[in-house]
Amino acid sequence: MEKFTEVMSVAAPLPLINIDTDMIIPKQFLKTIKRSGLGKNLFDEMRYDQSGNEIGDFVLNQAKYKNTNILIAGDNFGCGSSREHAPWALLDFGIRAVISTSFADIFYNNCFKNGILPIILPKKERDLLMDDALKGSNSILTVNLENQEIKRPDGSIITFDVDQFKKKCLLNGLDDIELTMKKFDKIKSFEDSYFLKFPWLGQ
Amino acid sequence: MLECKTLYDKIWEDHLITEDNDGTSLLYVDRHLVHEVTSPQAFEGLRISNRTVRSPEKTIAVPDHNVPTTLDRAEGISNKESRIQVEALDKNAIDFGINYYPVNDIRQGIVHIIGPEQGWTLPGMTIVCGDSHTATHGAFGALAHGIGTSEVEHVLATQTLIQKKSKNMKVEVNGTLGLGVTAKDVTLSIIGETGTAGGTGHVIEYAGSVISNLSVEGRMTVCNMAIEGGARAGLIAPDQKTFDYIKGRPHAPKGSNWEMAINSWKQLYSDNGSRFDKLVVIDGNSIAPVVTWGTSPEDVLPINEIIPNPNDFDVQKKQAVERSLNYMGLIPGQKLEDVKIDTVFIGSCTNGRIEDLRDVAKIMEGKKVKEGIRAMIVPGSGLVREQAEEEGIAQKLKEAGFEWRLAGCSMCLAMNPDQLSPEERCAATSNRNFEGRQGRGGRTHLMSPAMAAAAAITGHLTDVRNLI
Repeated sequence: MEKFTEVMSVAAPLPLINIDTDMIIPKQFLKTIKRSGLGKNLFDEMRYDQSGNEIGDFVLNQAKYKNTNILIAGDNFGCGSSREHAPWALLDFGIRAVISTSFADIFYNNCFKNGILPIILPKKERDLLMDDALKGSNSILTVNLENQEIKRPDGSIITFDVDQFKKKCLLNGLDDIELTMKKFDKIKSFEDSYFLKFPWLGQ
Repeated sequence: MLECKTLYDKIWEDHLITEDNDGTSLLYVDRHLVHEVTSPQAFEGLRISNRTVRSPEKTIAVPDHNVPTTLDRAEGISNKESRIQVEALDKNAIDFGINYYPVNDIRQGIVHIIGPEQGWTLPGMTIVCGDSHTATHGAFGALAHGIGTSEVEHVLATQTLIQKKSKNMKVEVNGTLGLGVTAKDVTLSIIGETGTAGGTGHVIEYAGSVISNLSVEGRMTVCNMAIEGGARAGLIAPDQKTFDYIKGRPHAPKGSNWEMAINSWKQLYSDNGSRFDKLVVIDGNSIAPVVTWGTSPEDVLPINEIIPNPNDFDVQKKQAVERSLNYMGLIPGQKLEDVKIDTVFIGSCTNGRIEDLRDVAKIMEGKKVKEGIRAMIVPGSGLVREQAEEEGIAQKLKEAGFEWRLAGCSMCLAMNPDQLSPEERCAATSNRNFEGRQGRGGRTHLMSPAMAAAAAITGHLTDVRNLI
């Protein structure tokens, strides 16, 4: 997994609430057996018309936001399905941080597994960043994970909370499976007593 | 004094392997359900790292999301990408030695329907699947939730999941349901009350007289949509109905194990006085048959209401409502019952079980699908389909004008050829009315099987109580 230390970019504003994973990556793109290449279909039905032409109004089609690494989103971002294709598509497009007041649980978890930092902020602070994002071109945000800080274009700082385990994994690009495999003896001894207690589950 | 524990607390503790100071925990997984769409990258990851499936006997796979449901599917899947995904699952199941129900097996079906059907789903378990509707299995008092593909790989490799404990939420539905009101109306009404983010960060336990009076299949419908209310998992304490439902199923415990299991399952309830972080109480007597009008499952109203006005919502929601009504082609003030439909879809992990089909057959008794309406029934599994045929339901529904399909997820998410065209309006028994969910530009109204049958008869959204 790609490490996350600091990301500096213009941020794209997506103020709509309840942006679901079907909007982020529609189901016709879930038929892949790979993780890469989904960026071109990120927000596909909002981004392209029926003939596949870009819809000029959509935020990620605007020149100033085309290379953004940060999204500022409305409440409850990523609700709906568990498809990890949603963070894969965001990552493939270049998004490394998403900032909102709330995220759906599964999507939130999936982000951390893919080097994307989802940041939860109080509404007031999210709204300030949304205003920054709406200004476009020279309105650069800097997200620093180590210090848990977002630097605004005016130099002011907004701090955020993050789960310390998830932070460690993201900062170092750690693989969860490797970490868990180091605990195999504990899993084994758990199983031994567990199947004594619940013998019908050991089959 | 003994500490009072919720049902969730009890299941969590039984499966806790390690817990770090910050609450990061390693949880044991009893059953891992796998389907073709969210697993290929996980198996690929295992191969690249030279890892194996730790407990293949606890891993169950079935293709469901993009399989065609037309009768000719035995001849092969014509869509190349879908075929590759299904073939990848065929191969992965063999290579890694996991339990498998291939597409032409009579036991094939939607993963959340065949888990309980085959007795893989049992009370007190932890069950995961790379699909958010895994919450369905909570109806048995199992802690069941959706996971992403990275987590699928983690569970395959280790039979565990890294988790932090969620908060406890209780939704109590008291009273008695009125005529024509079903489990689907209950679960949609709950989401209408709590909103789609109301359960975020929580595990919901559903309780109250309405829930205990529901059949096990009705309870599955309720838990299935926990995720639509934001909760990763929904739970219902198991009771005699649950035990009766499980008994004798292929993978249910047998003999002395059965007795032991029952005794253990009887301890699976929230202790009197246990603490919930959030409590929602709903009067079941006041629940009406409902339909959704927008593009979020929280956009739900009793059938005799009118389309709401965006100005009646707060600023943020107002924008979403305007967008929804524009997408749905609806006008504020319009009566829901005046909304004409083009298509009826009956099926999905929410409502693709035998009781759902019986509900449809009951409403359709002596009636026909209105001319010009496309109406399809996609049973949740090959065995549900077979049972409906044995009961004579299938024949009646076919005569009434429904297409009678093979099992799969079908038009619930439209990954297979079953899709809506732009602006095609559908009365659907599925779980999501998101933009484009059933096909680009398609317009979905969620409702119960009985309500969908009523709409099929009249050609517009209809109060099923007028047809009973």
